[in-house]
Amino acid sequence: MASSIIAPKNPESPGVPHLDDYAAIVGQPEIHDLRELASRVGRRRIKMINSTAVGGGVAELLSRVVPLIEEMGVPIRWEVLKGGENFFAVTKGFHNALHGAPFESRPEWFELFLRVTAENRKLIAADDDFIVIHDPQPVALVETRKGLTNKWIWRCHIDLSRPNTEVWNFLRPFIEKYDATLFSSPSFTQGLGIPQYLFFPTIDPLADKNRELEPDFIQGVLERFGIDPKRPILTQISRFDRLKDPVGVIQAYRRVKKYFDCQLVLAGGGATDDPEGEIVRLEAQEAAGTDPDLHILDLPPWSHLEINALQRASTIIIQKSLREGFGLTVAEALWKKKPVVASAVGGIPSQVIHKVTGMLVHSVEGTAYQIRFLLSNPDFSLKLGENGHEHIKGNFLVTHNIKRYLLLFLILQRT
Amino acid sequence: MNQAKRPFEFVAASYLIRIRVERAWTLAELGSHLRVIPEDSIFFHTFQSLESHHYTVFCNDFAQWAKAACNEAVLAEEMGAIDLRDFVSLEDLRHVLVATVENYLKKNPQSADRPAFEPFYFSEAIEVAVPVETKACTVRELADGIKSLSLQSLHYHFINSRLRLHLRTNDFSMWLEDSEGLPDLAQKLNRVDFYMNTLEGVRKEILETLKPWLHQ
Repeated sequence: MASSIIAPKNPESPGVPHLDDYAAIVGQPEIHDLRELASRVGRRRIKMINSTAVGGGVAELLSRVVPLIEEMGVPIRWEVLKGGENFFAVTKGFHNALHGAPFESRPEWFELFLRVTAENRKLIAADDDFIVIHDPQPVALVETRKGLTNKWIWRCHIDLSRPNTEVWNFLRPFIEKYDATLFSSPSFTQGLGIPQYLFFPTIDPLADKNRELEPDFIQGVLERFGIDPKRPILTQISRFDRLKDPVGVIQAYRRVKKYFDCQLVLAGGGATDDPEGEIVRLEAQEAAGTDPDLHILDLPPWSHLEINALQRASTIIIQKSLREGFGLTVAEALWKKKPVVASAVGGIPSQVIHKVTGMLVHSVEGTAYQIRFLLSNPDFSLKLGENGHEHIKGNFLVTHNIKRYLLLFLILQRT
Repeated sequence: MNQAKRPFEFVAASYLIRIRVERAWTLAELGSHLRVIPEDSIFFHTFQSLESHHYTVFCNDFAQWAKAACNEAVLAEEMGAIDLRDFVSLEDLRHVLVATVENYLKKNPQSADRPAFEPFYFSEAIEVAVPVETKACTVRELADGIKSLSLQSLHYHFINSRLRLHLRTNDFSMWLEDSEGLPDLAQKLNRVDFYMNTLEGVRKEILETLKPWLHQ
């Protein structure tokens, strides 16, 4: 079993944005401050470790943050844990259990988790000045730090407020060996004895998923998927996962359909650490039946431009999650000035201020009602979209994330 | 053009938010925590979060929570009316916040232990301020420097400075009066309302105020 090592993207390669490219969006002073902070972090080495190179929010986030930090002269590497199908089935179970989903444990699962961790410990060097571990899959790599004086940071992208006790009790001793933990929302924390910092996840406004697109391209994507641009398009973008409640979205759409001749798009991509996706997609397909206005699109992980086009073409974006880490698809939609109807779970209330930057809901019925309200009030929808864009610009862009990391390194190195 | 007695030294200021373990589920708990939480936490939920409240009805986290999570409109208005410009010490601000909650609960004891819709999560801001090369020796150079400040650095010089200086003023006004000998301009600048403006709006108004003095 080998650990794959991903070299950071070459900043000189075409299409990869440079830090200065962001000045047009966030302003030159923000870029100047980032360079000031980076110069003080200096040549201290950083390593990011997660469990998947493609698909899912964490890989996407790292693919932007790593090259930009490197561009400022700070040495940074990104490594990926290698686990195999069984390992990822176990960690998917852990992931859901930490979100509060039912979990029937088997001792061999915990053994497999520890065995794969031990194998990866032999392959991943951990002597960098700062080691940032993302999510539970690689959390036990912290055992490697025995005898090292470097700083270990655990970045938790999920909501730990109501974890399954057995899984939490298993993971907690590892987490308490870190120097700091990073959470997406204060409500996600577990009252740990080590410092907990607030790190909002962020989007990259220059990434294919978010950048401006030519109208012809958007039109072409709609044609390719058989979506009618002349009728309202309701869209939920998320991987096929029960916690994203795709069947609930279909139920809400059916309630709206009684009043508006609209279409629903459920578009998701797969991630290599999510073996449950296909089962959930089939459940959604079954719930959809033969409705020609209901489009279930299983997109490959590299479909960023298509997802961007679907969001931009949408009349309303839905995120009806039952539990949520942060829900970056909401930030993506708000960045595109779209009215959003989203569940008040996880990090979504940080992004959607009810009736200011979007509409918060708690049920299928509420989702349907707010969609009808927005379809009936296009001026209000427009204002929500504009407010949402400003809110994202001020808090949830990749440059904010880079700044938080640089600040964290500076703060930790003086402790 | 007047040369200052000493140059204005700009800094690049940034803030990382640390989540504390204290949470308040009721107004009584809010009052208890307010008495003992570190000043950094009082600072974060009042001075530091000011910018985020341009979207909301109330201008500090405590007032916003009292309304949104506790549905206590009167207390929210009372806490929201606390004017940060009156304070140069976080300890003084703490006393007023605690007194406001306690007085309200004396009049409305039934509200003390009613569970909120969601808890108040205490956090604190950790400031990292690094000096930058930019310096100003004239009003024009000050204006140029302000144009090139990030919003967090502007917040540091114009709003948070009150606590650092322990004076009811800001870094720019202090320098204009002490080093440039321009007390009238200093006073005008200090009247720029950081409650009703976004930080970009504050920057714009500061630059407008400085405009007639650019050739001094």
